[in-house]
Amino acid sequence: MAKIRPDYENSWWPRFLRWLESGSSALDDALLDELSSTAEEHLVEGAANASTREAHDEERRLLSIRDEKLLYDRIHRWAHSKGSRIIRWLYRITAVAICVGIIILLLNTAANLPPFGSPDNPVNNEVSQRYIEQGMQETGAVNIVAGMILDYRAFDTLGESNVLFIAACAVIILMRLPSSPDSKPTTEQLEAEADDRMYEPKNDMILQHQANFLVPLILLFGIYVIMNGHISPGGGFSGGAIMGAGLILYLNAFGFRKTERFFTFTTFRIVSLCALSFYAVSKAYSFFTGANHLDSIITTGTPGMLFSAGLIPYLNIAVGLVVCCTMYAFYTLFRKGDM
Amino acid sequence: MDILGVILLAFVICCAISVSMTKNLLTALVIFMSQSLAMSIIWILLESPDLAITEAAVGAGITSLLLFVTLKKIHAIDFQKKEGQPHGKDQA
Amino acid sequence: MHFLTNYVEMAAMVLFGIGFTTLLLHRNMIKKIIGFSIMDNAIFLFLAAKGYVEGRTAPIVVDGVQSVEAYINPIPAGLVLTGIVVSVSVTALMLSLTVRLYRRYHTLDIDEITAMCRQEDDK
Repeated sequence: MAKIRPDYENSWWPRFLRWLESGSSALDDALLDELSSTAEEHLVEGAANASTREAHDEERRLLSIRDEKLLYDRIHRWAHSKGSRIIRWLYRITAVAICVGIIILLLNTAANLPPFGSPDNPVNNEVSQRYIEQGMQETGAVNIVAGMILDYRAFDTLGESNVLFIAACAVIILMRLPSSPDSKPTTEQLEAEADDRMYEPKNDMILQHQANFLVPLILLFGIYVIMNGHISPGGGFSGGAIMGAGLILYLNAFGFRKTERFFTFTTFRIVSLCALSFYAVSKAYSFFTGANHLDSIITTGTPGMLFSAGLIPYLNIAVGLVVCCTMYAFYTLFRKGDM
Repeated sequence: MDILGVILLAFVICCAISVSMTKNLLTALVIFMSQSLAMSIIWILLESPDLAITEAAVGAGITSLLLFVTLKKIHAIDFQKKEGQPHGKDQA
Repeated sequence: MHFLTNYVEMAAMVLFGIGFTTLLLHRNMIKKIIGFSIMDNAIFLFLAAKGYVEGRTAPIVVDGVQSVEAYINPIPAGLVLTGIVVSVSVTALMLSLTVRLYRRYHTLDIDEITAMCRQEDDK
């Protein structure tokens, strides 16, 4: 006699044979069971009185409700375990197929573009010719790109500074912890500070010695990049980001108490407001003189000097201050929830 | 744009693929930072020094720093008690 | 058909596709934000490659030479400069939203957050 596995009756071949022979589904089996039990009960009872028959009816009704509920539960569980897995697999295949389709379409478009680096592309038209040939005379800036974004197309730069300011306002709304009316810190603020101190050592010697040496150099370099925005590569954005990084290093090395001595929320508000208002007013002045055919009283100076190019150094300073305050505000709002 | 440009572009594409395939969030962040640095050198090869300085200061500096602080806030960096080194929590 | 000469634009398209795939396929929100940032970088690469001209130098006037044959096209560089700053603003906003969602639901998985929202709506 061959050895049979203990769970042989549950493996797929016997189950398949049983399914072939039975020829009906589980619901039909349940219905047949119920019909046969009903017939038996009628035969058994015969002339029993009505109340017991009603009690048996009630019992059968409850049993059928319970079986139906068990069936629905089985379908529900299948939808949540196996059905969701199938949908997830299908979603992944479709997502990869769509992405590969998009890449092939875009590659086809890129192959049909004008050749890369050729001088007679349609993009090198008379606009760039005007900017290059007369940029230095009309704006006074040696750096053609800085002259373009702060003189010919200064309105776009105003919009971009506003986008940065709005992002800072939105992050303040989302991340700032509410403070109590008196100056005592609330429990939320204390918890946030304790949570923040979890991975940081206090008064790290290496960091403090390095920051003593590096932070003045970084701030000086940032100021240099901002002031020389119209003579050499750089400008307001990069200089502002460098200064912001220097302030973040100071905060990391020395903690919040020392930084709050010179940079608080009021400082951020006043500096951002004054810088953006100055930018808007100076461009309003240009609109006024241009619309009334007046000559601007601000001269362009000799190209190459530090204070030439009209209003461009001052606009660079304004943009640099906004960017520096915004980058520092992002960091400290994430860390502490307050400035 | 010569052979150095082609090598740097291939490096950037490999960094992008490996960012989406790692499970560790801290690893993905460091690879993203190095991809920003390689992009900064590509801007120099495309003769735009303004973009190179801005991308080096903003991309490899501020964006990666903000991502790092977010990872700290959502407690995705754990300290191993034995080694004493931080490592990122594994998430899919 | 310029398959081999347009290699920078092709690399930008492939990078865009990789960023888009990362945005769609992963359920972790930090990975989605990183994918978004990769897509931004790909677009800037494409724009800056449009302004490059072979053999010419950066658009800063040296020695008073102001002819158009000595410098590359400066216009796409100005557009990308604006774009980089807007990209960092949008990334900062998305990260602060992620931190607030984590504080509320204690998970980073977007499917679980949607399910919890639906449960709360049903109650």
